[in-house]
Amino acid sequence: MSPRILAATTGRILRQLRHDRRTVALLVVVPAVLLTLVYFMYVDQPTPPGQPTVFDRVALIMLGFFPFIIMFLVTSIAMLRERTTGTLERLLTTPLGKLDLLFGYGIAFGLAGAVQATLASAVAYWVFGLDTAGSIWLVVMIAAVNAVLAVALGLFCSAFARTEFQAVQFMPVVAIPQLLLCGLFVPRGEMAGWLQAVSDVLPLSYAVEALQEVGAHAEPTGTMWRDVGIVAGAAVLALVLAAATLRRRSG
Amino acid sequence: MDDGVVVRDLVVDRGRRRVLQSISCAVPRGQVTGLLGPSGSGKTTLMRAIVGVQTVNSGTVTVLGRPAGAPELRHRVGYLTQAPSVYADLTVRENARYFAALHGRSHAEADRAVTDVGLAEAATQLVGTLSGGQRSRASLACALVGEPELVILDEPTVGQDPVLRADLWARFHEMAAAGTTLLVSSHVMDEAARCDRLLLIRDGRLIADDTPDAVRATTGVDDLEEAFLRLIRASEAGQGHAGEETR
Repeated sequence: MSPRILAATTGRILRQLRHDRRTVALLVVVPAVLLTLVYFMYVDQPTPPGQPTVFDRVALIMLGFFPFIIMFLVTSIAMLRERTTGTLERLLTTPLGKLDLLFGYGIAFGLAGAVQATLASAVAYWVFGLDTAGSIWLVVMIAAVNAVLAVALGLFCSAFARTEFQAVQFMPVVAIPQLLLCGLFVPRGEMAGWLQAVSDVLPLSYAVEALQEVGAHAEPTGTMWRDVGIVAGAAVLALVLAAATLRRRSG
Repeated sequence: MDDGVVVRDLVVDRGRRRVLQSISCAVPRGQVTGLLGPSGSGKTTLMRAIVGVQTVNSGTVTVLGRPAGAPELRHRVGYLTQAPSVYADLTVRENARYFAALHGRSHAEADRAVTDVGLAEAATQLVGTLSGGQRSRASLACALVGEPELVILDEPTVGQDPVLRADLWARFHEMAAAGTTLLVSSHVMDEAARCDRLLLIRDGRLIADDTPDAVRATTGVDDLEEAFLRLIRASEAGQGHAGEETR
């Protein structure tokens, strides 16, 4: 890996994103619109005494999910394009290292995810009065780690798609089971044993637990840091797997 | 050693098809070598093997004294793929500057590479909005920006207007005069006369490896297209009726 090449690659990916104004607008606007929907869905729901409101509970988890889903899609399409337009093969004939490319994507779209999470959190806290015991910046940090995990999974999954049609279909495969089993709909402790076991190996379960820790505790807890570590570790593992899919030679 | 590239008994299968059938040839340093043949003859596969991105069945490819694909060759070899592989959502200049950065070259060198392929006026345009010929030249600028010692160009002049085509060939010869080794593929025979040396392949076999003048002398005709036709007929006759003399 070379810092110069990594920086050039990160800059190149961000420049591509910047030229696509409509994508940038969608990244910024869509989470705010969806949060608005969620707010008005739950605004009249009664809250049991001593518990967070339904909006607080759902919005907090959604803040972690937006960057995950969006960055997974953006990355898998971007990487598929590199493969289909021949730029990937060309890059691999230059002094660029595989990790320069993979970390370039991780940093560039991780940053984009962090910006998206910051704006979405600002709307959730200041427009809709989201209330958490812990700091907004912990929420943004967890969302950014989720974004990096999504980028790593997207880089890996794009190796198994030949077309963009196939690539987008990996989104429900990768994201929906994690959304269903993360504890948002049914608390993880109340699920059947085998579902809990599945939930235990899905990294987003830990991201959601970390967000719930921020919701319930004023100071960052040990559980939260452990969970963030697990999500980051899953991201590194996915990046290593993605590196294994990049072959300099092919038939 | 005087050869930039040495290929020995190279055999490549793609899927179940044998694309290169035991090719041996050499690309001399400091010259423009033309790789000619109809589409589907194996030109691109041979070029990919030289760049080191093609998995090969047997045989060896030596590039600048190293095995093809060796990591230290990555900043010494420039490769232009047949389909322009540049980022459509970046400008011409941004593309050139990115590939320049990969080779440790400056912004100024990137801008000069853009000017050299005649795209100075379009430098701030997104590649996606360019014509096919311009896009292919943008890709060429990215292949040349690192000033590689060996340049592999897969059909660089397709879709270019005649004036630009002449300019590009003049530039290739300037580079060769400065010591660069070039291998340029084409399926148009009228470009053969512009090369210092010719490799003609057909159906994965090497039919000729000579200078244009020598090819004309052997076949007894001045027109290279006609000369190639005779070489092809001769080689086919040789395969069909082993040992039989051909006229």
